[in-house]
Amino acid sequence: MKRKAQHTADQKPQMPNGGTVPHKKPKFNPGLLGRVIKMLIGYYPALFPISILCIIFTAVTSAIPALFLQKVVELIRVWQVSGDWASASKEILPQILFLASMYVLALLSITVESQLMASITQGFLCKMRRTMFEKMQNLPIKYFDTHKHGDIMSYYTNDIDTLRQLVSQSIPTFVRCSVIVLTVLFIMLYYSIWLTLLLLVGVALMMLVSKKVGGGSAKYFMRLQRSVASLEGYAQEMMNGQKVVKVFGREKQCKEGFDEINDALYSDSYRAHAYANMLGPIIMNLGNIMYVAVALVGGLMAVTGARNLSLFGTFPTVGVDIIVPFLSMTRQFTGNINQLSQQINSIVMSIAGAKRIFELMDQIPEPDDGYVTLVNATVGEDGSISESDVRTGVWAWKHPHTDGSITYTLLQGDVRMTEVDFAYEEGKTVLHDVSVYAEPGQKVAFVGATGAGKTTITNLINRFYDIADGKIRYDGININKIKKADLRRSLGIVLQDTNLFTGTLMENIRYGNLDATDEECIRAAVLVGADDFITRLPNGYQTELSNNGANLSQGQRQLIAIARAAVADPPVMILDEATSSIDTRTEAIVQKGMDALMKGRTVFVIAHRLSTVRNSDVIMVLDHGRIIERGSHDQLIAEKGQYYQLYTGAFELE
Amino acid sequence: MQLIKRLAGCVRDAKKYAIWTLIFIVGEAIIETFLPFITADLINKISKENMDTGEVVKVGILLAVMALLSLACGGIAGFTSARASSSFSRNIRHDLFDKIQTYSFTNIDKFSSSSLVTRMTTDVSNVQMAFMMLIRIAVRSPLMLIFSLIMSFRMGGWLAMAFVIVVPVLVIGLLLIAKYAMPAFRAVFHKYDHLNESIEENVRGSRVVKSFSREEYEKKKFGEKAEDIRADFTKAERIVALNTPLMQFCMYFNMIFVLIVGSMLAIKFRGTTIDVGHISAILTYGVQVLMSLMSLSMIYVMLTMSIESAKRVCEVLFEESALKNPESPVMTVRDGSIVYEDVNFKYSAAAQKNALSGINLTIPSGATVGIIGGTGSGKSSLVQLIPRLYDVSEGSVKVGGVDVRDYDMDVLRSEVAMVLQKNLLFSGTIKENLRWGNENASDEELIEACRLAQADDFVRSFPDGYDTKIEQGGTNVSGGQKQRLCIARALLKKPKILILDDSTSAVDTKTDALIRQGFASYIPQTTKIIIAQRIASVQEADLIVVMENGQIHACGNHEELMQTSTIYREVYEQQTNGGVKA
Repeated sequence: MKRKAQHTADQKPQMPNGGTVPHKKPKFNPGLLGRVIKMLIGYYPALFPISILCIIFTAVTSAIPALFLQKVVELIRVWQVSGDWASASKEILPQILFLASMYVLALLSITVESQLMASITQGFLCKMRRTMFEKMQNLPIKYFDTHKHGDIMSYYTNDIDTLRQLVSQSIPTFVRCSVIVLTVLFIMLYYSIWLTLLLLVGVALMMLVSKKVGGGSAKYFMRLQRSVASLEGYAQEMMNGQKVVKVFGREKQCKEGFDEINDALYSDSYRAHAYANMLGPIIMNLGNIMYVAVALVGGLMAVTGARNLSLFGTFPTVGVDIIVPFLSMTRQFTGNINQLSQQINSIVMSIAGAKRIFELMDQIPEPDDGYVTLVNATVGEDGSISESDVRTGVWAWKHPHTDGSITYTLLQGDVRMTEVDFAYEEGKTVLHDVSVYAEPGQKVAFVGATGAGKTTITNLINRFYDIADGKIRYDGININKIKKADLRRSLGIVLQDTNLFTGTLMENIRYGNLDATDEECIRAAVLVGADDFITRLPNGYQTELSNNGANLSQGQRQLIAIARAAVADPPVMILDEATSSIDTRTEAIVQKGMDALMKGRTVFVIAHRLSTVRNSDVIMVLDHGRIIERGSHDQLIAEKGQYYQLYTGAFELE
Repeated sequence: MQLIKRLAGCVRDAKKYAIWTLIFIVGEAIIETFLPFITADLINKISKENMDTGEVVKVGILLAVMALLSLACGGIAGFTSARASSSFSRNIRHDLFDKIQTYSFTNIDKFSSSSLVTRMTTDVSNVQMAFMMLIRIAVRSPLMLIFSLIMSFRMGGWLAMAFVIVVPVLVIGLLLIAKYAMPAFRAVFHKYDHLNESIEENVRGSRVVKSFSREEYEKKKFGEKAEDIRADFTKAERIVALNTPLMQFCMYFNMIFVLIVGSMLAIKFRGTTIDVGHISAILTYGVQVLMSLMSLSMIYVMLTMSIESAKRVCEVLFEESALKNPESPVMTVRDGSIVYEDVNFKYSAAAQKNALSGINLTIPSGATVGIIGGTGSGKSSLVQLIPRLYDVSEGSVKVGGVDVRDYDMDVLRSEVAMVLQKNLLFSGTIKENLRWGNENASDEELIEACRLAQADDFVRSFPDGYDTKIEQGGTNVSGGQKQRLCIARALLKKPKILILDDSTSAVDTKTDALIRQGFASYIPQTTKIIIAQRIASVQEADLIVVMENGQIHACGNHEELMQTSTIYREVYEQQTNGGVKA
């Protein structure tokens, strides 16, 4: 099957459940919450339900004391008249003892639940992190090119954090509070329907107020976030430009500009916090007022002996034995309703975080339907190639055909691009009809202004992006048929921006070939001229690198990257030469390293140095995605075209 | 302590609001402790066999009024505390930014700009929250605790004995939890930073990972790290999770104790000392006591965590700027002559190698000087000493015959214009950017400067011309255009000394030459120092300085150097013949 490469301008992340959720402010999406819970159960099929059961049990036990309180109060009132504690205790103590044993069970279940939740939360987050990371590793380069790195990072930090909040707090609290509210509601109805109705009206009022105040708080918190971002941006810009600020003596204006943003931040901050701070007292005291209302109405009903309506009709009239426990339940009811409404806010926030995480997880991974693989091979005397299980140093492409036969082609490094067109975004073609042929061992140089398409060509050869039209063949095989990992293994790459990893220098070099021994790594370093400076470091090859090798100079980092490519020892190399900014001496060393690396390989080089260009077999001059001149140095000089102008310095590239 | 003193200096206008907050918080706490007392009264009134309706209504209304008062107090305190803490944090940020503006680059390098931004945002907001907690809850909770205890003992007598048992248990428990949990968390957060760092490496280095097909390898590496963190995090969280059972135990114990003892006392004494109302009141006070203890322990944790932030903030505030204005500064710069006398310079005292050593150089006012040399040879270091971006380690640099350290820094810098290697434009229009050079420049002056810098043509070619918006970092103009705008900006200062630090590298040779011609005719009196990679850019200078390894390798005009300096000759030949011959 031939796979047609496709490149649609579809930058929008795929939505889960095929829905189209707009990119707007957090909106409650029960589907996503369901997905989180489903994953939780999937990861912890026994433990998660157990902890939920524990939560429910604890919730019920914390709701029922009211019942016992009522009974005890009743008993106290009965026995108060005689004052006979000895007889009273026979009735009261069993009640209390039962309550106490309930409490012991509740304590047990709370302990189990809280310990379990701690493990579950962290286990879940760990699994989420790993899944995210694994999915991310499978995404095409396009994803990294089209998403801000800071945004991707915030999935792992901020959004994971909201998930932690959701699992460790919101869900348990939500379950607990709902159970308590329901239980208490039931008990209240059991006592008195009238008083319950009174309470419900009050609660509705409370919710209304908290929604108003909470809404104001949310609004200003959102504005606060924007203000913080703009302050951050301003401070960052001014600090990066510190030299300019100083050279022009603009400190005063700078401070004024900062104060302006700072004041805006202040006014958003105090409004947001003021609303949030006021919510607590308002809710609590509305609760108090409701308490009074219930007491008064209950008292009046008791005095007038008004008919009470209760579930099952247990209590035909209202008495103290009802009012006292009912009052304590009033507190519990309003308190839990309040917590519930807070949790809803926090759940909505977490779901927004979960949504972004799922967006990352649901990205379509880099497709790979290549079936041609790279295998170790031995060449027989008659020139026939056969597969080998051990490392032979000879590689071959293993090409299975539809009729079941398998052919082997020696890995040589012959790369041909034929009439390639390419666009990152539909309608904006960046390469037009590009054809490049590189025979094994040839050096092809690309020259041209920024944006002319040099990097794009190299992006296509290793299939970071797939071509729209035309063909690229590696050793005569269409690269679309080659398994991506194997294709990339056969191509070395040294980029202009060097990326090193945390770890020792040795580990960083070995990154090119995990099987390489220490000796092989050192040999590669010697080859490219990196050994010299490495051995002069106090810890030599065991020097720990951190923060992208910040403790090394740019030239040194580049040498490590070159050594890394050398240890991989691929037949084809793609090199992006560093532009200026490293000094002539280091540049000479780096250049030597590059030259050593190029020897005997097919090389595509994005050239900035005239010496590299001159020594190339073919030079391609690119302009706006088209090859406008091609040929050897001497040919192009003779043509007196663009290349000639460039070379003589009459024209400078930007 | 120094820390608290410095931060207290940032309270300023927040003080008024903070005091109001304290007053209202105290009011709220007092009312809140009386509420259960009144409630108990209400319940007792209702519990009476023959209830006096008038009495009940009276107490009920009293209770409602108190609730409203408490609401008012709490609401106002919420508002004032928000205001106090926000203005406190505003003042800290203001002080931070002011301080940073006085920093030398040595200072900024020490912190790194991204860390300074974090300190200004995240850390300050942690300190702000701690401040708010402090004036609200840290006052309220102990007050509530004390009031509730007093009330319980007064009302409940023996019933309050429950607290004698429960409170020490809870306090010791909470302290133990905090003691073990905090170091555990600190250790995990450290690892967590490392984990995030490795994610960032993979995001940034996605091309490297893919080109070496190291996806599986990275997944495995990450998996190990993630599992490691999970184990540590779980341990830490489990310690904290003991909080809930501990708290519940105390609540339950209190409940049972009060019920048993309460009912016994109530019955034995026939409701004379203890009655149903008392029992319910003391249960409420019990909850209040335990809650205040709980929030005190939370404050303790919050405060210790925010101390880290406060430290990071104060580090910035306490940092001494490496560059200071002299006591009685010289306020005028006579001319653009520059003299280096035995200058040694290193970027930090700890550095082993001098960036510059043994520099002696005299530049007459109005001269054009070219400086060439490899990166790291000390070209940029040499010129950055002139506007005092850095101070010499030994020796002196004199401008107009006066040591640069004796000038008022603003005066000196207003006379020295420098176009940096790392050119920077700021977000805003082109006009606004140019006016950095001279705020009062007329449009004609702007255009003239741009014409001299060969920028006028392309600026006019933009649809919005001089009003074109520059994006942050100047990403919407090309490198060469940026360089030319930066030169125009510097020209507008009409300085006595103009320094171009490799600032025409992205400009073609013809334009480069035109710009230099402009200098000669527009600012003949100005001393011009040009650092360049291209010999052509400095060839015609009065004096050319060849730098090598932080020292002056050779000095002279083009003809002289072609004779005397091998380095100069080599570079010249390389550039005119086009590259090293293999």
